[in-house]
Amino acid sequence: MSLNLEQPICFSPMHRLQWEEAQQKDVILYPEGMVELNQSSAEILKLCDGERNVAAIVAALEEKFSTTGLANDIMSFLEVALENGWIKQD
Amino acid sequence: MAGLNKINITPPRWLLAELTYKCPLQCPYCSNPVDYAKHSDEISTEDWKRVLTEARKMGAVQLGFSGGEPLTRQDLPELVKHARELGYYSNLITSGYGLTEAKIIELKTAGLDHIQVSIQASTQDLNDHIAGTESFYSKQEVAKLVKKHGYPMVLCVVIHRENIHQMPEILAMAEELGADYVELANTQYYGWAHTNRDLLMPTKEQYQKAEAIAQDFKEQVAGKMKIYYVIPDFHEARPKACMNGWGTTFLTIAPDGVALPCHSARDLPNLDCPNVNDLSVAEIWNESKAFNFFRGKEWMQEPCKSCDEQDKDFGGCHCQAYLLTGDMTKTDPVCHKSPDNHIIQEAIASARESALSTNEKPLIFRNSKNSKRL
Repeated sequence: MSLNLEQPICFSPMHRLQWEEAQQKDVILYPEGMVELNQSSAEILKLCDGERNVAAIVAALEEKFSTTGLANDIMSFLEVALENGWIKQD
Repeated sequence: MAGLNKINITPPRWLLAELTYKCPLQCPYCSNPVDYAKHSDEISTEDWKRVLTEARKMGAVQLGFSGGEPLTRQDLPELVKHARELGYYSNLITSGYGLTEAKIIELKTAGLDHIQVSIQASTQDLNDHIAGTESFYSKQEVAKLVKKHGYPMVLCVVIHRENIHQMPEILAMAEELGADYVELANTQYYGWAHTNRDLLMPTKEQYQKAEAIAQDFKEQVAGKMKIYYVIPDFHEARPKACMNGWGTTFLTIAPDGVALPCHSARDLPNLDCPNVNDLSVAEIWNESKAFNFFRGKEWMQEPCKSCDEQDKDFGGCHCQAYLLTGDMTKTDPVCHKSPDNHIIQEAIASARESALSTNEKPLIFRNSKNSKRL
């Protein structure tokens, strides 16, 4: 299982992504577990909406933060996310 | 605790709501207190809602509805709905007994996130024997319905000497039922399991064989199914880091409203565990004697006191230290550095002798008759 560059990515229906006020961070919740996210990871996952593919996610974040050259970092995080089952591709 | 050594108190993250001690099953390794029949009071729906609200405000986010069998509480859907509105991730920890499709749908609509179904063995005979109730086929049916309605499905199997030989079949069953997670929980010897230890504890060879099978399977199903393996601590050289550190993460509320730093802590002496009828969750968490008792390191004796692993395992399990040595502030006897480790080795030898003998005594099942007797 590896990341397909063309296909859209969706956040896993078996997990929940949520802002935690008490921790002042986004977290992923799943059966009896929780992963605390840093801001950039959370920004990437929020764009996994089932419509955007890798290129669209990179473009959206580069625009949002007025920068370029994010592709490698985003892809390596998405690989980790896929391996952990946080995101899916059909 | 007080005065010079001010300890930084972290907020609770995990709330275990033990809604009731009532259960249609009679598993002889149940983690409920052996004397549960004495604690038959149950706090009201409104009390539970207040507890959920207060704990959520402090930062609790994972919520387990447990028991006993939580489905015996008629207000479960109402509590699930309240929890969802507060933003909890709700886990239902159930035997599956009596769980209908209509109830599964009702709970989903109310906002339940996940259902963990326990199953006792891979065959009907053994499952129904261990559960003390005919339940094998209904559990399998429930597992399928849980999947059908889009919940992540966790299959939990408590492992002990009567079912450890079924490890390959148990894993195959989990795969066939489409489990997303399998929890292979080696029995921890508290409560009823402590009472039945000689009959439940597998031999070291049995553990090693079963663990190797589980490890192989884990690699085979990587990416499809996750395996949680709860280690058999009697066979380890170091103790488990119990509760991730006392009073740091976990808050258990027992059916009668007693607040516990760990679900076994009810059996510890002189902790004066507080009740949510008398105090707010914040007062309980921050100020009570029970929750502060093992925070920090002031309480430690040797060998923990000068041990370079004290930040890793926090001295291990206090309930185990108490149960086996009579002193809850001692090092968990599981640790090879503990002067009491011989107790563990004797327990392993005693269980082994029982395993090899031809006339074993019968298991003591968890029910109110036995609870009153013990």
